[in-house]
Amino acid sequence: MATTRMLFAGFGGQGILFAGKFMAYKGLIEDKQVSWLPSYGPEMRGGTANCNVIISDEPIGSPIVNKPDVLVAMNLPSLEKFEASVVPGGKIFIDSTLIDKKVERTDVEVFYIPATKTANDMNISTLANMIITGKLIKEIPGFEMDSVDKVLGKIISARHQDMLEFNKKALETGYNM
Amino acid sequence: MSEKVLMKGNEAIAEAAIKAGCRYYFGYPITPQTEVAAYMSKRMPKIGGTFLQAESEIAAINMVIGVSSTGKRVMTSSSSPGVSLKSEGISYLAGCDLPALVVNVQRGGPGLGGIQPSQSDYFQATKGGSHGDYHNIVLAPSSVSEMAMLTAKGFNLADKYRMVCMILADGTMGQMMEPVAIDDIVIEEVAKPWALTGTECKRPRNIVNSLYLKPEQLEQKNFERFEKYKTVEENEVMYESYMMDDAEICIVSFGITARVSKNAIVAARAKGIKVGMIRPITLWPFPKKPILEAADKVKAFITVEMNMGQMIQDVELAERCKKPVYLCNRTGGMIPSPEEVLASIEKVNGGEN
Repeated sequence: MATTRMLFAGFGGQGILFAGKFMAYKGLIEDKQVSWLPSYGPEMRGGTANCNVIISDEPIGSPIVNKPDVLVAMNLPSLEKFEASVVPGGKIFIDSTLIDKKVERTDVEVFYIPATKTANDMNISTLANMIITGKLIKEIPGFEMDSVDKVLGKIISARHQDMLEFNKKALETGYNM
Repeated sequence: MSEKVLMKGNEAIAEAAIKAGCRYYFGYPITPQTEVAAYMSKRMPKIGGTFLQAESEIAAINMVIGVSSTGKRVMTSSSSPGVSLKSEGISYLAGCDLPALVVNVQRGGPGLGGIQPSQSDYFQATKGGSHGDYHNIVLAPSSVSEMAMLTAKGFNLADKYRMVCMILADGTMGQMMEPVAIDDIVIEEVAKPWALTGTECKRPRNIVNSLYLKPEQLEQKNFERFEKYKTVEENEVMYESYMMDDAEICIVSFGITARVSKNAIVAARAKGIKVGMIRPITLWPFPKKPILEAADKVKAFITVEMNMGQMIQDVELAERCKKPVYLCNRTGGMIPSPEEVLASIEKVNGGEN
């Protein structure tokens, strides 16, 4: 893994920025170079949110991801907006509970994950983001689950420690899907 | 070195300011710099400092004038339209020879403009920005760790020269997170015999003032100030030279566009095009000398900017029109892609311009 450019996109409130932050911290803990850049426009107020995450063995130039290797799409507008930008051979992760549409491109690898339904069934409805992230960790070469405990410890504040186990469960569920 | 954590550029500025001894922050929220104020509002009360959300940007900069005149380290931050409102106060700070740190996390303009990143306040920042003969020291960070490092450096420079030091960042630099360890911050203490600290009837009173009704006196004051600016120009220029050893094309770019340019340079080098970059870290004083030296070696310059072409004028002045200078730009909140910069490099390399 020289450089992985990721784009997380969905509705505000789905934990898009958190999922990106989780991956960025994962990179940091594994001694990689990382950058995380959120959208901060008016779209965040009730519309789509997205963040760019780069994890690399090399120093990172531009933190902007115009052509992602990995796209996580958690709603239809995000898929429609970003599908064409994914590099040939890239991977697209889709929350198939919320997106009926299939990816039209044939030069990318697509994973349809019923993340929101699974999260609801598990009674952790706010953690569909982490189910998809678990699947992402499994499918991207170079990513492992080893550092997950440490990463969650870093990004979940002391006040919300009770959420740590739920996040881990969501990640593991996604990883095993 | 302490453990690295992920921080937004805006948060790194705030934490570095606190570590640099700043205990007074006055501001007013505006996207995309609000995290500076938010961070200060949480931290300052815990360390005995003052966070105050003023009723306006104008009030905030005047509070900065007040604290600075007592000799304490003080700062304010805003984004483009807010910095315009602060401009009058910045001129007064310059006229009173008061040190202060002002942060501009730029967004698109003119007017209320947009909230996406921009570099279109380059003229405003580097040419003074308000009325009268004066300069600010202007620092342009290109990473989250530079946001921190240059903030601390900015306080030292402001104190040393009794000048306003401006951090000229943009929405991307403010919002992005990168690993950072904010340590190794050195506070260079400077005696401030001019400060208004109370005479205790033991010394003549100090006066901080920018009003000089006798033109002979004001002229003399301005002469003295420009002697000081000359010293700053001689001693404080900072820049990064990137792959310039054999470069035939020299990109000049700062902040976020310098990072985009690095991607384009790597891609151009892979195609056999010899291109490098001079990245000004101080925008004022501008790195004139390395650019003039490069003019004898390269065949052309390209400035990469997020405005309609502002720094390009300083590059043309610095290299004294020895070689052509081309512009690769986006504006209004748009960011040039590495592909656009690469296309510009290829065009200049092919002599198509």
